[in-house]
Amino acid sequence: MSSRRSRSSRQSGGSRITDDQINDLVAKLQQLLPEIRNRHSDKVSAAKVLQETCNYIRSLHREVDDLSERLSELLATTDNAQAAIIRSLLMQ
Amino acid sequence: MASVITNPVTNTNLDRSKRRKKKKSMIKENRQSQNQNHARWKTEAQQQIYSSKLLQALNQVSLNSPSPSAPRGGRAVREAADRALAVAAKGRTRWSRAILTSRLKLKFRKQKRQRGSAAAVAAITGTSRSKKPRVSVLKLKAKGIPTVQRKVKVLGRLVPGCRKQPLPIILEEATDYIAALEMQVRAMSALAELLSGSGAASTSSAPPPQSPPPPPPTIQ
Repeated sequence: MSSRRSRSSRQSGGSRITDDQINDLVAKLQQLLPEIRNRHSDKVSAAKVLQETCNYIRSLHREVDDLSERLSELLATTDNAQAAIIRSLLMQ
Repeated sequence: MASVITNPVTNTNLDRSKRRKKKKSMIKENRQSQNQNHARWKTEAQQQIYSSKLLQALNQVSLNSPSPSAPRGGRAVREAADRALAVAAKGRTRWSRAILTSRLKLKFRKQKRQRGSAAAVAAITGTSRSKKPRVSVLKLKAKGIPTVQRKVKVLGRLVPGCRKQPLPIILEEATDYIAALEMQVRAMSALAELLSGSGAASTSSAPPPQSPPPPPPTIQ
């Protein structure tokens, strides 16, 4: 019968990681997630935060994929694209 | 004479207090730098830097493959965008270093990876296409693993370069990675708007005005 703390320390490979540290990091993650931030609820379980984080990263990946598809289509018309790129560089 | 003797005493006192202040400020600076790293991705300057790097990379992409088929072109753009993001991170985080080294690994180990599984390649490049079967297998075995550990492992697979890292490192990398991804989305959507806006305008005969339209004349 091993306590939770010793089990987690074994899995982490020697270095003792306290639950407080984990909670602190999970709280930081919670601040970044848009959905949980808007709900004003402080008592969100760590598992919920981690699940939301995974979902959020996956949705961000999908958004980047969609944007890169769109950009590749826009860049496919080369004359258009090169002039536009030069112009946008100048604008910045 | 008396002033000469007292001066060194006051000097050492000042030095000690200065050293104490320096230690405190260094500790505060470390914490602030960690917070600044996350806030860094929100600054306009960082987005400008990333946008210019992205444009350079995209120019190279369009030069190499003049007529890309849509899925291949999109994939190339995604990889260029990820690489530009990793460069913008200046190599301070594990995920950025993993993105930069993963392309080299793919080039050298392409034959082995093709034999192994498309899933391995996808895992390195960070796509979610073949991740679903892996997650379901883990769920079947998950009775002995606590929920938080399980979720952190899934998270570790999503963030590049964090598959074998211990829990706190995965969480820290994830916070920075999310901030960076948000900036990537902002920059790419702004770029797409620019390109689509100027693209649509240039197809029409009249040259598009690049500056915002001039205000209507008030003097009549």
